Amino acid sequence: MNVPRPIVAAAILAAALVMPGRAYAQIDFSGVWAPIFHEDQPERVPGPDVGDYAGLPINDAARMKADTWDASILTLPEHQCKPHPSTYGFRGVGNLRIWLDFDDATQKLIKINTQIQWMEQKREIWMDGRPHPPDYAAHTWQGFSTAHWEGPVLVVDTTHLKQGWMRRNGLALSDRATMEERFIRHGDLLTHIFMITDPVYLTEPLVKSNGFRLTANGIVDPYPCESVDEVVREKGVVPSHLPGTNEASEEFAAKHHLSVEGVRGGAATALPEFAKKAAAP
Amino acid sequence: MRAFAAGIVVAALLTAAPVRAQTGAAPDFSNIEIHSLHVQGSVWMIVGGPFNAAVSIGNDGVLVVDTMVEPLADKFLAEIRKLAGDKPIRYVINTHFHADHTGGNAKVIPAGQSIIAGNFAAQVGAAAANQANVIAHENTQIRMMSDLKPAPPFIAMPTDTFFTEAKDLYFNGEAVQILHQPSAHTDGDVIVFFRKSDVIVAGDVYINTTFPIVQLDQGGSFQGIIDALNRIVDLTVPAEKQEGGTYVIPGHGHLADEADVVEYRDMNTILRDRFLDAIKKGRTLEQIKASRPVLDYEGRYGATSGFWTTDNFIEAAYRSLSQPAKKTSQVR
Repeated sequence: MNVPRPIVAAAILAAALVMPGRAYAQIDFSGVWAPIFHEDQPERVPGPDVGDYAGLPINDAARMKADTWDASILTLPEHQCKPHPSTYGFRGVGNLRIWLDFDDATQKLIKINTQIQWMEQKREIWMDGRPHPPDYAAHTWQGFSTAHWEGPVLVVDTTHLKQGWMRRNGLALSDRATMEERFIRHGDLLTHIFMITDPVYLTEPLVKSNGFRLTANGIVDPYPCESVDEVVREKGVVPSHLPGTNEASEEFAAKHHLSVEGVRGGAATALPEFAKKAAAP
Repeated sequence: MRAFAAGIVVAALLTAAPVRAQTGAAPDFSNIEIHSLHVQGSVWMIVGGPFNAAVSIGNDGVLVVDTMVEPLADKFLAEIRKLAGDKPIRYVINTHFHADHTGGNAKVIPAGQSIIAGNFAAQVGAAAANQANVIAHENTQIRMMSDLKPAPPFIAMPTDTFFTEAKDLYFNGEAVQILHQPSAHTDGDVIVFFRKSDVIVAGDVYINTTFPIVQLDQGGSFQGIIDALNRIVDLTVPAEKQEGGTYVIPGHGHLADEADVVEYRDMNTILRDRFLDAIKKGRTLEQIKASRPVLDYEGRYGATSGFWTTDNFIEAAYRSLSQPAKKTSQVR
């Protein structure tokens, strides 16, 4: 039968439109992105002071864990090569590379990969509809991520995270934390918004945003790591401060003439009402 | 949470008394499904609700580490058959004596077969071939006879015990080390290291569901738990960036690697140091409890009800650390 070409084309187009399970990338995030540090620069680049918990919806358990944290724990060989977990990595330094994996036959988007330079934080974000692993499966630094599109916005859900951190001064996240993210592209700018929920250390979700700029010739260098004995110490020692003995935890407020109550964190301290109260004579 | 709720069931099975007597009602096992997860090499993790076990499957047959609880034994065996087909169960290893790790022995052991021949056949009888060989530390066998009430049937008992620091096997093409951890969760704990598969089955010296369960009246100690965790950290080698590499199947909880064990080891070491400081300062148990010394970990590992509460842990740790150090009779 000789079918007119316009009809064949229309049929192919119609079939393509109704074919189930297609998940074409609506926005292409691939490329190398450089972090923009206008937001929270003192915390993200030089690093936060000990005792700076300002603006975070933490509970008393998180406060105690951070107050008793001793940075010397990072000298233990088992701690030296830990990468940032995905709950923190996008706030760290170093370029971000994003690339896409497609199924050869169907050209369906299977996975979005990300890698951040420091400690080679490699992450897989699955787009093929697979379920999250069972609760007895292993946890990883980057967690298990699946995503879907909400219009032009990529929405990512992450579970199975290892115990991690929300700030590099001992403020911990537990392995029960989960994260929801939004990736939004505006030309050469990428906005990344994340919301962390942790029933162990947060009283309400922690929401932060990060900015990135696309680079034309961006490089993500390798980051090998080999742990070594940095400090001679008795076997089995784990550095920490006994509760109530870490005097450094109060230095931040004094140095910046801030309210001690404010820098100790908590959801209420992030509200305008608290700022008014703290400013009152 | 599943693991939290099921902890009550686990706890009831830890000791000798019947489940009903401790909980007021028999737990319902009918809804518990058995699942398996290939870890790596020849080793699979088998999970039934809050209970963990492991199997090695290969050309030599099946080696089972722990047998869950008696009511799940049929489902547990069915899962082994699903994974291993008709390969014979040659060995069962019990990591310690508690009924949530040995309860299925009476059904799993007779489902196995041993190779019995030569002089050994004359010593034990040819009928011994009709069951799996059962390996455990000597203290586990002793406590199964003395502490479990009612005592398990003879068929459920270890047949091949040892009193030294370690016992070795070569099975399914790899070395298997059975390493005694003196005075940890109990006095008969072993961890099982599958060297080629690079998997450790830890028993209850490493769990990631609660604070460590220190059974002082069964020969356990808090420092022994920490020592066992440090030994696991010594044996494990992570792959790139402190992840993967050697995997660790905990007695209860999710599959782990070195970083997870390190986190748990760090917590227990930090808490030990706090307890020792308080004891040194003459604080009473009640004063220590009132100071909330484990607040920073309570949301993750603590409980206010059930068998193993936060208070239970603090009491056990305090008592354990207040005692003079025990001399362990470890024989090399």
